[in-house]
Amino acid sequence: MSRQATGEWRYWYVQQKGTLFAALLFILMFIIYVSNHPAGFTPNVVQTAANKATLLAFVAMAQCFVVITSGIDLSIGMILVLCNCLASWLVVGTPLQTGLGVIAVLLTGLACGLLNGLVIIFGRLQPIVTTIATSAVFYGLALLLRPTPGGSVNEDLADTFTSKLFGLIPASLVVLALVVLVIWLPFSRSVLGRTAYAVGSAENAAYMSAMPVKRAKLAAYALAGLLSAIGGLYLTFFSYTGEAAFASGNAYTLYSIAAVVLGGVSLAGGKGSAVGAVFGALAFRTIGDLLFVFDLDPLWQPLFQGVVLMLAVSIGCIGLSRVRNRLEWFQ
Amino acid sequence: MSEDASAMRQIPLPARLRSIDPAVAIAFGCIILLLLGGSLYSSNFLSPDYLMQQLKVASFLGVIATGMMAVILLGQIDLSVPWVVTTGAMMACAATAYGTTGAVLAIPFGILCGAAIGFINGIAVAYLRIPSMIITLATNAVAQGLMVVYTGGFSPQDSASAAMRFLATGYTIPGLPNGVLVWLLVGLFAVFLLTRTTFGRALYAIGNRERAAYMSGINTRRITLLAFIISGGLSALGGVLLAGYASKASQSMGDAYLLPSIAAVVLGGTHVLGGKGSYLGTVAGVILITLLQSILSVMQIEEAGRQLIYGAVIIGMLLLYGRQKVS
Repeated sequence: MSRQATGEWRYWYVQQKGTLFAALLFILMFIIYVSNHPAGFTPNVVQTAANKATLLAFVAMAQCFVVITSGIDLSIGMILVLCNCLASWLVVGTPLQTGLGVIAVLLTGLACGLLNGLVIIFGRLQPIVTTIATSAVFYGLALLLRPTPGGSVNEDLADTFTSKLFGLIPASLVVLALVVLVIWLPFSRSVLGRTAYAVGSAENAAYMSAMPVKRAKLAAYALAGLLSAIGGLYLTFFSYTGEAAFASGNAYTLYSIAAVVLGGVSLAGGKGSAVGAVFGALAFRTIGDLLFVFDLDPLWQPLFQGVVLMLAVSIGCIGLSRVRNRLEWFQ
Repeated sequence: MSEDASAMRQIPLPARLRSIDPAVAIAFGCIILLLLGGSLYSSNFLSPDYLMQQLKVASFLGVIATGMMAVILLGQIDLSVPWVVTTGAMMACAATAYGTTGAVLAIPFGILCGAAIGFINGIAVAYLRIPSMIITLATNAVAQGLMVVYTGGFSPQDSASAAMRFLATGYTIPGLPNGVLVWLLVGLFAVFLLTRTTFGRALYAIGNRERAAYMSGINTRRITLLAFIISGGLSALGGVLLAGYASKASQSMGDAYLLPSIAAVVLGGTHVLGGKGSYLGTVAGVILITLLQSILSVMQIEEAGRQLIYGAVIIGMLLLYGRQKVS
């Protein structure tokens, strides 16, 4: 009996190793960050850090959904930018108007994700090329909405979502936790979610086992769009404006991949969890912020983040040393 | 059995026509359609001056897409193009500032910097087996970081050397811009490599099935490394030409070249997963995309509309003939 129990623990450990590693890395980085921060460990410092990291956490979670099915979504950053521009038009006015605006923005994100999924699955195109092309479309739409930066947002709503609950817990973290609870947990435990994992590790086998392969992939891409839209909303809450910024859209796509890799989600698919991706995002963000507490020139930040990203993706090659047969390289 | 029967029923085509890839034919057909459509809008579209000008603009993309094609044939992808282009341009301009020696070495130095980034990509993909999509994104970020540190976040003050300007805008043969000449030379060399050397055959073999290529004695890792070095070097050469054309390097000058270079290769019928494709197709893809961009800007459609149409056209054309077979 106890032997069986330890077996289960071992299984759980092997399955969640990546997530645990990301969580540990984040805690370590955050301790270094906070202990060197001039203000120390106060709710305000935590709030600022949380607000910065949540945005990245949402796009990382979005990327995670797609990566689990062994796909990739390079349009995530542009969906975020598009939703940011849309929100700067719609999320204003009376509470009712604001509410409808939020729903419209979320639906737009969902529609963008669905478009990606439909083209990739039913058009049988490669995810990389398709999402690079759709990102041009999304960026075009964003530019149509906001040729120049501007617009506004319902500031009461924005402040509520970026403030502290009970003067202690950052609201953004609560929203993040809620999103994990409402979107990730039901998905990962549903047939669709299990199929997404199965598709990621062996698509043919999943198909032969009569699993709903197409629906699972479609759901993954659509949910990725939805989560990017939440990220876009949050960007609007912080910046109070909408801006069709090409560079920042690309940066979010890049960071989402970095966060996913740090979070122990295998880019080959079928392994990892959104919780890991969230921790990966938090860790990646904290590493970027370390530069500020150590008072380094902000010019070095892109290089520093690039090097961290490079090291993070190189972690995966450690497994090579365990390969006994050279033919296993070529899978 | 049924396949044989259907093959029998097809009208026999002359061997020359049959060997043409339908994708290449469609791409050239679209070029003619674009030109005809454009000529309805303005008669300038069919004038030799306009066409030569388009070829000159296409030559930058053509050089970059040649490198991209080598990598895509392997079944990999090089997403580090934007900042390799910029690095090549900036480093060549930076070398120019160091007197005569610098000016002489500017072009080789720029290309060498690009090849060095390609070397890192190649080592990571071939020897460390990191997915190319990811590691090239990372090297792109590192190259960006290096250039931001180097320039201090502003556009660099160095200008392009006389040789770079001559290479991009001068004329060695009357009527044929040097940029087009460079593309022609690069293209001829690429055709030679792809069709007449073991290196070219190995690229196709690895793209089809790397395991099989390895088992048949091909040093797949060295070939992969070489392909990435070529891609980096050619991207940097594209950057050098661009810097010569604009007579200086600037931040984000390479951003506009990632999607077009991939799209040109893929629209030209090269399979995204590798192993199949011809250089003629890539030439068609490059011209097609340059014409599309040119016509959209002549029709004075704003940037937003251009991006929209551009993305939609690429997806549309891929849906026409880039679809994977049902497994």
